[in-house]
Amino acid sequence: MWKWLHPYAEPQRAYRLAGKFVPWLSVIAILMLLTGTIWGMVFSPTDYQQGDSYRIIFVHVPAASMSMMAYVSMAIAAFIGLVWQLKMADWMAASIAPVGAVITFIALVTGSTWGKPMWGTWWVWDARLTSELVLLFLYLGVISLYASFEDKVLAARAAGILSIVGVINIPIIKYSVDWWNSLHQSSIKMTGKTAMPPDMLIPLVINILGFGVMIAALSLIRFRSEVLARNGMRPWVRELALAQGAK
Amino acid sequence: MQAQFHSLADFFHMGGYGFYVWLSYGVAYASLAILIGVTLTRKGRVLKEIAAKAKREERLAQHRSAKE
Amino acid sequence: MKRGISFTQAFFTLLMRDLKIAVRHRGDIFNPLLFFIIVVTLFPLGIGSEAKILSRIAPGVIWVAALLASMLSLERLFKADYNDGSLEQMLLSPQPLQLLVLAKVLAHWLLTGLPLIIIAPLLAVLLHMEDNAYPALIATLLLGTPVLSLLGAIGVALTVGLRKGGVLLSLLILPLYIPVLIFATGAIEFAASNQPYDGQLAIIAALLVGSLVLAPFAIGASLRVSTN
Repeated sequence: MWKWLHPYAEPQRAYRLAGKFVPWLSVIAILMLLTGTIWGMVFSPTDYQQGDSYRIIFVHVPAASMSMMAYVSMAIAAFIGLVWQLKMADWMAASIAPVGAVITFIALVTGSTWGKPMWGTWWVWDARLTSELVLLFLYLGVISLYASFEDKVLAARAAGILSIVGVINIPIIKYSVDWWNSLHQSSIKMTGKTAMPPDMLIPLVINILGFGVMIAALSLIRFRSEVLARNGMRPWVRELALAQGAK
Repeated sequence: MQAQFHSLADFFHMGGYGFYVWLSYGVAYASLAILIGVTLTRKGRVLKEIAAKAKREERLAQHRSAKE
Repeated sequence: MKRGISFTQAFFTLLMRDLKIAVRHRGDIFNPLLFFIIVVTLFPLGIGSEAKILSRIAPGVIWVAALLASMLSLERLFKADYNDGSLEQMLLSPQPLQLLVLAKVLAHWLLTGLPLIIIAPLLAVLLHMEDNAYPALIATLLLGTPVLSLLGAIGVALTVGLRKGGVLLSLLILPLYIPVLIFATGAIEFAASNQPYDGQLAIIAALLVGSLVLAPFAIGASLRVSTN
């Protein structure tokens, strides 16, 4: 596998390869998000319990589920970078982090604005909310640790260790809050998935996948600029920069 | 499949939950827009920085050779 | 070539060295302790001295203060060794780094965790904590504060080479501390209402065992990054 992967481990190749994927992913993401959102907002039936407020689900659930996925992929990239010393993987991890942080922020805000009409409060210290908040803190920790080292090779290693420790921590946080909550009051659970009609489920799934593709596209765009920033001394980057400046 | 809302006003009203629905969508897409904007302009900024650095080094090299 | 001293010898040498240094700078032991006491006494002043409210919040207040005190004292765990170069000596020594790191963390816990556990019941009295919660308080602190030291040491090891690590450290460590906090305060509250709390204790113990095994590797790897 490494023999096959090796040519792509060259910065210039990776930069070009990522460049080939970006337009396709962007178009797919935009199409999926448009379809899913319009379908969900206009054509999906109104929920008999929650009325039209449930339509927040079409942005909330994709953001929440993809924020976790983005974290796991960041940690996997960081792990590969740490173990096999693959700089590409380090840069990928560093590119995913800000995207994941924004997605987590979206999941929190939309959850909060959904909670207000449904539960009557902007915030509940429920297991999901708390672990999502901690996820945001972990993302911010990784980002600021990466930013605070001058030497980006070291920065990537330090941030990588932190993101791997964080991945162990996430399930623990989730269960700990579940336990903790059972003390005070039973948290308000969302309606079961069993009751969801296909007219709600299909746009939701489209949006979830659309968010995933969008995260991939944004991470790859960031990855490309990260490759450029880290290889500023290489001739091909210099040529690119001077050509850009001449325009 | 048919539209669930009879008029545009109905759509914006969202059965009384308009404020919350549009607030959440607004914040979500605004933050996404900021992220996309920053992400798209980053390449240009990085290249500009590198170009400035390259030019500076070139100037330095010329200065040095002129002196000798 | 001689391999030098045995692992146990190395462990205890380092432990004794750290303890000796701390005894000579007594401020390092007393400052976190004073901080702990002051933070706890601020709560009744800020919230009001009603015994009912205080006894309700006592476990949380004591644990949060312990958490902050542990973080504050951790900041200097590797700093002096990093500055005078003895940290690099440890990295180069034939003994496994994990072992040496464990000795340093143990020394830190003996110096800051243990005094905290001794003083905590007194503060609990000031906060009117329920009488039957005291064993749980001691037990959770005994099991939980070593976890804090171990997890915190990861963050400290990551930031030791940075000039302005302080604020960053709290951002890195506090999310990792949350499970300990939740289970510990949960156990104390269960105890206060006369319910069995051995479930939470078992989980804190599991966290302790887990971090005892895994954290030294993470700390060692982080130190290697920081001293590069």
